[in-house]
Amino acid sequence: MVGPSSSHTAGAVRIGKVARMLLGAEPKHARITLHGSFAATGSGHGTDKALIAGLLGMDPDDMRIPDSEVIAEKQGLEYQFHTKNIRGAHPNTAVIQVDDGNGKQVHLQASSIGGGRIRVNGIDGIQVDFSAESPTLIVNNEDRPGHVAAVTSILAEADINIATLTLNRGKRGGKAIFVTETDLDIPRSVVEKISRIPGVLKVTYLNV
Amino acid sequence: MPFYSLAEIESHCREEKKSFFEVILEDDMNERKVNREESMEKMAAMWTAMLEAADSYDPELKSNSGLVGRSGAKMEEYREKGEPLCGEFVSQVITQALQMGESNACMKRIVAAPTAGACGVLPAVLIPYYRKYHEKTETIVEALYVAAGIGQVIAERAFISGAAGGCQAEIGSASAMAAGALCALRGGDSRQIIAACGMALKNLLGLVCDPVAGLVEVPCVKRNVIGAMNALSCADMALAGIQSVIPTDQVIDAMREVGEKMDVSLRETGMGGLAATPAGQEIVKSMKSKKF
Repeated sequence: MVGPSSSHTAGAVRIGKVARMLLGAEPKHARITLHGSFAATGSGHGTDKALIAGLLGMDPDDMRIPDSEVIAEKQGLEYQFHTKNIRGAHPNTAVIQVDDGNGKQVHLQASSIGGGRIRVNGIDGIQVDFSAESPTLIVNNEDRPGHVAAVTSILAEADINIATLTLNRGKRGGKAIFVTETDLDIPRSVVEKISRIPGVLKVTYLNV
Repeated sequence: MPFYSLAEIESHCREEKKSFFEVILEDDMNERKVNREESMEKMAAMWTAMLEAADSYDPELKSNSGLVGRSGAKMEEYREKGEPLCGEFVSQVITQALQMGESNACMKRIVAAPTAGACGVLPAVLIPYYRKYHEKTETIVEALYVAAGIGQVIAERAFISGAAGGCQAEIGSASAMAAGALCALRGGDSRQIIAACGMALKNLLGLVCDPVAGLVEVPCVKRNVIGAMNALSCADMALAGIQSVIPTDQVIDAMREVGEKMDVSLRETGMGGLAATPAGQEIVKSMKSKKF
């Protein structure tokens, strides 16, 4: 990785990259809110450069991280940084609101927990909890019966073992997010099959 | 499944008559579904990256803030000219720790072990050892598995970030990993490896994370030196047959408890300790720090 801090630099790059993958498009505008130690010491650690590098699709060992602000300007990514105290959040937490200038947008809350590892805490205002270390499937769906069964049976047919599985929703009958971490890579055809399930709004596959 | 205790690793070693390194290697193979060669290739790449990071040290470079840089070069000149109190090998360790810490502060590519702030500790002991004893790359890679196994248990049971648990969680953990790795290199068994690890972590218990102006520079660079020196002495003590009175898993639990009780000003916020001294505050003022 590129220094100086695994939490404030490497972890921050990963958080930015997860936001980009969730958006599934080239990001155009990003509003980034920093909490705790990220807010207090982020500038000196290059957290700002690192988050932007991640949004631009870089990995933690990319030598271009120190120049990410210049690259962002060239690629037309506009961004703003803010600080805020988020109650109960891990000391290294960032909230990223990002859009592609074309209608797509994502709201992500994630924490950098040390050694470059992260936890994603929230997507589009719904609480989640995953590391993005193993292949992860994120299914946004309408909160209706049968979705979990439909997704897991498709995975079972493809012989993919589920390591973890969580389901969270905003309000009853509203939008829900279903996150599953798997042992093996999920083929594109399986992801597409899941995205065709009625009531599924969006499927994101992360293999960072 | 990751190991939750060093005792668990030790019982695998004992029951299956395997070395510490092998238990961790097999766990990685099983966890990532890779074969022995693939796993070892990945770890060997880490070692190569450490050597490359060491070679890329620039003796003229200063960090953006200007607070650190050139110390590793000064130490090297001093070692070559004079007669360092610590002797040839240990002063090489000091030099390497400073150089890696400075490269990190200058945003160069390093290997986080377990974190970037503590990235100097493991290479500081392993690289001079590798050069002095003409050690085989494979043996060093095996020692890295030992370090990785220790780091993973600490991360699982406690924490490895300064923001969560203070510097004890970073330099302390790195030192514990390095002590175990050194012990393995010298032919120590799993009990000795775990004892070295426990002693190293105990010695740095309570160390706060108080970076001046919030930068991974002061005191971080020099604390890599104490992490490395502590690892050497604890490995030697363990190899001499000295045990940790408090079992190492319980030392890790104590580290967690101490970290949780640590005031937030002492956990990587740049608000307490050295960061809050008049000199530290003066530095903050003098830097045209960019505000978010």
